[in-house]
Order: sequence, then structure tokens, then C-alpha cells
Amino acid sequence: MLTVKNLTVAYDDTPVFSDVAVNFNAGKITGIIGPNGAGKSTLIKAILNLIKIKNGHIDYDGQTMKSVQKQVAYVEQRKDLDLIFPIDVFDVVLTGTYGKLGLFKNPGKAEKKLSQDALARVSLTEFAKRQIGNLSGGQLQRVFVARAIVQQAEIIILDEPFVGIDLQSETAIMRILKQWRDAGKTIIVIHHDLNKVHDYFDDLVILNHGIVDFGPTNEVYNPKNIERAFSADLSSVLFAEKEGVQ
Amino acid sequence: MASIVEFFNALTKYDFLQSALLTAVMVGIMSGIIGSFIILRGMSLMGDAISHAVLPGVAVAYMLGINILIGASIFGVLAALLIGFVASRSKIKTDTSIGVVFSAFYALGFILISMAESSTNLHHILFGNILAVSDSDIMTTAVVLGLVILFVVTFYKELLVTSFDETYAKTYGLKVQIIHYALMLVLTLVTVSALQTVGIILVVAMLITPAATAFLWTDKLNVMLILSAVVGIISAITGLYFSYTFNWASGPAIVIVAASLFALSFIFSPKQNFFKLKRSVAR
Repeated sequence: MLTVKNLTVAYDDTPVFSDVAVNFNAGKITGIIGPNGAGKSTLIKAILNLIKIKNGHIDYDGQTMKSVQKQVAYVEQRKDLDLIFPIDVFDVVLTGTYGKLGLFKNPGKAEKKLSQDALARVSLTEFAKRQIGNLSGGQLQRVFVARAIVQQAEIIILDEPFVGIDLQSETAIMRILKQWRDAGKTIIVIHHDLNKVHDYFDDLVILNHGIVDFGPTNEVYNPKNIERAFSADLSSVLFAEKEGVQ
Repeated sequence: MASIVEFFNALTKYDFLQSALLTAVMVGIMSGIIGSFIILRGMSLMGDAISHAVLPGVAVAYMLGINILIGASIFGVLAALLIGFVASRSKIKTDTSIGVVFSAFYALGFILISMAESSTNLHHILFGNILAVSDSDIMTTAVVLGLVILFVVTFYKELLVTSFDETYAKTYGLKVQIIHYALMLVLTLVTVSALQTVGIILVVAMLITPAATAFLWTDKLNVMLILSAVVGIISAITGLYFSYTFNWASGPAIVIVAASLFALSFIFSPKQNFFKLKRSVAR
């Protein structure tokens, strides 16, 4: 279990959130939802050790995040990537092996095999030699999921993986997430589309400058929490629609 | 072209021309390789900054009578550290921090050079003086070339991943700052080696132009590095030929050749798609 306790993060003394406490369970796909600026990316960046935390404690089964750093895979937002870089799909996936290789060792046969298998799992084998700027958004997202596969991590964190991608890619990525879950890994997904929350996530963390609620999706995804995190309007629209359809 | 034959005759006859050619070729290779990483990391301005910031180091080295490589390296790395420090400890953006720091170093360099005027020639530092390459200069350049190749071969995958996706590299625990400053140190060494060939003012052209030219022709980093080195070599040889034949200054001659190669690539490379772009705009 990944445990966050008393976490406070501040940029220039303005706290994004303070005293956040939340757990992420192994063998579950956990969604993080909340309005823009609620601190979703900040929370995962703290977990990933990418930003300095002001206060608090994060551990994974009692070990510090630094000591399990090589067990964490991160699929960042596509908009943060350099799409004109001279690198092809296969070589991007291969960078997933770098962490465990360490310095002074280059990827060999075993690492290349891993990368090929990962590409096959996301159905991109035929695109292996293509420069990454020449892919659709969905294909590109699958490339970075393939890199996470190659990392063979226990904790996988994805930041808005489903934004602006085709349905086929979304389904393919969801299938991989479920395979990871069934293998007992901890999967954390920042998500914005509230409609699919029930279908996608076992657990849910609702965030708005602090934890609104967290727990099994069935229990915490309710009108009251959505109203607290977002707005009464959104809550009534979402839940009215839902009842209408069902 | 009788002048090409003449150039080759001169090459066999004159030691100074052989030394010049050898040095220019080595500098072409190293700046092509390191320049590739500089442009891919969006650090062209940093390349320009470091090349100017070594000037006080050159002056101090002349004054103390030590190897200019040592003096220049100290100031180059100092400038890189200071730029990083100012950018990270204030709300000032990195390009502004670069502007402030390198111009200050450059100014300091001018003052120090004028104080050491008796033993050196500012004009040669600024524009290069390739025909005065000594044997020890060739040795130093060769050592730096060796270091550059060793550095890039040893840390190829770290240089690749930090240039492409630094955030990812940080998540698996790579010390990206160390890679950055190591690259800055190597960049400084390359800059100092290039001083003699093209001079401080044009070093940035040797770093950026061959790399940008290579970038237009390939989608593989390793191919880009080799291609960039090749463009550097061609520019060096052809530039030196023009320099000898038409009595142009060697630095500008080399840089003009590199720029011409870039211009040709800009028009004809399949990646750039100049003609297609034009057509689609016209449509």
C-alpha cells in the first residue's frame, strides 16, 4: 500500500494543499479526480519525488519512495513531450529499461526483447521505426504505456492518459491497466472525465485543495462529494443524467 | 579549378596549413557532436553564453601563464553554475539569467584582456587565428576530441534520455543536474578548442549550424551525431580552402560554408518539406 500522511505542498509559500492523508491500494486502479488546480498533478509529483514537499511523509509498504524509485513508472501528459526529437517508437520504449540498467550499461538483447513484447501488447509493432511526431495522439499514448510496461514497476502513475485519444487506444490502455491490477500492482490515474469514473476505477480519490473523500468508487462517487469538489450544478447534472439512463 | 589543385599543393608543402586543417577538422567533429545535444535540449543560447563567458578565463590564463583550457574551463563552468543559480533562486527566466551572466563575464573578459594586452591579441581570440596553430595546440585539441567522444559514448543513453524527456529521467532517479553540468563542462572544453579555429564570436555557429543541418536529415539521434560531425568536417575543409584561396578570415569562411549547407538542407531535406510547405500555404 502506498501511504501519504500529513502531506503539505506549497509553491512560494502558497499551499496547494495541506495535511493530505490518503492510501493507494495494491491490486486496484485508483482514479484521482478534482477540478482544475485542485492539486492532482501536485499530489503525484510529490509521490514521484519530482517536487519538494513542505511537510509530510510518503511510503510504500513501509519503505521510502526514494528507496523504491525504480519500482515506479510514470506516464506523463503528452503535451509535455518533445515530439520533434529524433527518436523512433522503439527507442522511446527502450528508454524504459534505462532505470534498472543503471549507468555504464547499455540495453542488450533482453532489453530489446522486452521492448518488442511491450510494443506488441499495445499493438504498435508495425510502428516501431516511426518517428514519434508522426503518430496519432492515441498511438503516442500507447507508446508511453509500453515504456511503463518495460519498466516492470510495481507502482504505475498516469497523468490524464485518456485526454484527446481515440476509443481504440483508450480501450487498449484500459486493458493494460486491468492486467496490471490483476498482477497486484498499484495503479494511479489522474482523470477528468467524470462519466467514466464508475467503469474505470476501483477506488477513487476526490481532491480539491485537500482530500474531499477517498475509498471504493461505489461509496465515494456520490452527489454530495461531487458537489463539494466541483459544484452543485455539475453534481445535479451528472447524477440526474445517470438516474435517467438507468 | 586550378585553385583546388593549388590548395592541395600548398597542403603538402606547408606545415602550418596541415596543422590548420587537422585542427579545424577535429573542432568540426567535436562541435558537431556536442552541438547536437545543445540544440536538442533547446540550449542554443546557453552555447552562445558559455562561448562568450570563457573570455575572462582566457585572459587569466594568459596572465598567470597557465594552460588556457584550464582557465577557460573554470570560467565556463562558473558561468553555467551562476546561470542555473540565478534562474532557480529567483523568478527570472533562464534566458534572462543567461543574458545577464554571460554579458557580465564577457565584459570582465574584455577588461582583463586589455590589462594583459602585452602578451595576447584580442582580435585573434575573437575571430580565431587558425594559421598560428602550434603542435601543442593540436595535442590539446586531440585530447579534447578524445574526451568528447568518450563522454558521449559512455553516457549516450543518459544524454539521450535527459535531452528527450528529463522528467522521466528524474522519476527513475537519474541525477539530471550532474548530466547537465557535465555537458556544460564538455561544452566549455569544445568552446576553448574552437577559439583558435573560428574565434569566440563564431563558436556558437560551429555548435548550432552543423547540428541543425543534420537534424533536418534524420530521425535517429545516433545518425544525427555522425551527420553533424560530417557537416562540421566538410565545413572546416571547404572553409579553409576558401580562406586560403581568397584570403578570407578562416572563421567566417568556415561558418559561411556551414550556413550554406544548412540553407541547402532547409530547401531540399525531406523532413523540412520546404516545397510542400510552400504549396500548402499557397493553397
